[in-house]
Amino acid sequence: MSEKVFMKGSEALAEAVIRSGCRFFFGYPITPQNETPEYFARKMPLVGGLYLQAESEVAAINMVYGTACTGKRVFTSTSSPGFSLMQEGISYIACSNVPVVVANVVRGGPGLGGISPAQSDYLQATKGGGHGDYKLIVLAPSTVQEIVELVPKGFELAEKYRTVVEFLLDGILGQMMEAVEFNYDIKPDELPTPSWALTGAKGRTKNLIVSFDLNPEKLEIMNLELNKKYKEIEEKEKMWEEYNLLDAEYIFVAFGTVARIIKSVIEVERKKGFKVGLFRPITLWPFPYEELRKFVPQAKFFFDVEMNLGQMLEDTRLSILDRKPTFFYGRTGGVVPTTLEIIEQFEKLVKEVK
Amino acid sequence: MSVTPIYTFPKSMENRVTNYCPGCHHGIVHKLVAELIDEMNLFEKTIIVWPIGCSVLGYEYFKTDGCVAAHGRAPAMATGIKRSNPNNFVLSYQGDGDLASIGMAEIVHAAARGEKITVVFINNTNYGMTGGQMAPTTLPGQKTTTSPYGRDPNLCGWPIRVSELLSTLDGAAYIARIAVNKPARITQAKKYLKKAFNAQLKGIGFSLVEFISACPVQWHMTPLKALERIENELIPYYPLGEFKVKEGVE
Repeated sequence: MSEKVFMKGSEALAEAVIRSGCRFFFGYPITPQNETPEYFARKMPLVGGLYLQAESEVAAINMVYGTACTGKRVFTSTSSPGFSLMQEGISYIACSNVPVVVANVVRGGPGLGGISPAQSDYLQATKGGGHGDYKLIVLAPSTVQEIVELVPKGFELAEKYRTVVEFLLDGILGQMMEAVEFNYDIKPDELPTPSWALTGAKGRTKNLIVSFDLNPEKLEIMNLELNKKYKEIEEKEKMWEEYNLLDAEYIFVAFGTVARIIKSVIEVERKKGFKVGLFRPITLWPFPYEELRKFVPQAKFFFDVEMNLGQMLEDTRLSILDRKPTFFYGRTGGVVPTTLEIIEQFEKLVKEVK
Repeated sequence: MSVTPIYTFPKSMENRVTNYCPGCHHGIVHKLVAELIDEMNLFEKTIIVWPIGCSVLGYEYFKTDGCVAAHGRAPAMATGIKRSNPNNFVLSYQGDGDLASIGMAEIVHAAARGEKITVVFINNTNYGMTGGQMAPTTLPGQKTTTSPYGRDPNLCGWPIRVSELLSTLDGAAYIARIAVNKPARITQAKKYLKKAFNAQLKGIGFSLVEFISACPVQWHMTPLKALERIENELIPYYPLGEFKVKEGVE
């Protein structure tokens, strides 16, 4: 069943969604993620699925919401400004307890920003994004193969917890071509229709999906129920990678594309004799705080590198709790840090921290 | 001797008291919708998308499956439902603030795409639930809490005639406007609504019925005066009738 194909990240993402048994895509064009909807526009009609271009991201996420209410797998993809427009809908979806998977191919911001790769939507993704007390499960793959592996997992998590799963990507991951292997091909009719889905009240009492309660006490209970679910996710669903950490004294913390660059840095520094390693959160929420904290005793310092001005750094510091020096280096606005400049920054720190 | 009932409570409705104000027309329109769902045998496949506005709690009054959309987004949500479950009968129930202001993009594009959904549009020329503010449908000179000196078109423009506007779109299969301020009109309204339902059931396209409705409390009128206002002020501005009837709609 498994086969190896050479694919762009943006198209591998779309293919993975289709092979996860999802047949519904709603979206609105925005750079740099257009290859993903374009792939759906070509492929969905061939597999009995739907690609529908919405009039805006606002409409797109509400179409997604509607389809999710019928218990079907549904997906949308957008980039930063478009994701901001979706926040209202995502807040409603989170409160309604319906499963949805979305991808934000992050570009430089704020405002219209630019179209080059960035990680500056980390806080929006992990701390809520829209109004109210809610969280998204945020997945940050760092290779095309990892996108392919995480997409079905993303749908499973969304359905298990009836919540929103966000893929936080960037234009590099989207453009990068890699050999990938698909070892799954789920057909939509293999997926059961959940009992809560809106299908018409045939032979049962009505199903209702609402995201409000005008009674504060009842709304508080709704919030507490959501929170219980988030606690369970925090307990059970953290994912991370430990890379060369066994003997590491200098520990990089990075996610997504930057983590990949850091692996090249590590290769260079290991040859020079520095004991360097990488801690890579794969779930940005829930963030693996305790798992990172475990490395405090062996570390001389932690070095957090991101394509923003220090957004994940807040979580990194919450893990380390200032028990060891923690440094940050970031490029932003769509600038990607090079291996060389990270090496230079790292070696400067090694000299400074005795 | 057996007695045949000639009038019964609609089966699709919950038998309970609504939150609507005295003289409000939501109740009449709810009943028409429910009667048709019963008569056309649609109960088992109906899903109603409720709006933000006075009818936000509409799902409590119906026995059908339902959900509540974000303000103005009901046509988009209904699109997602209908596209994934084409065999369901999907209604979007919206007021004029929801549909003609914040949700204008969603309603226009749903109509343009010819979405096979039916919209029940309550136009009472103001935002009832939030306390009677000016809506895009508020008449020139009409006093509301946010047009306290009367709506001045030089300051905030002119009312939008939704039915006329949507009827220009090729995707619209059936568009009509009616009022329920007289018994004869209620009968007519049900006929319009039935055509709108059929436009969806036959897969012809998008359908909408606009109801010019009373809001006595926010209009600061007795229910009776509100009925007169509909006749004397609103219908001259919002003429009743069918604006679009695609071939096959009946």
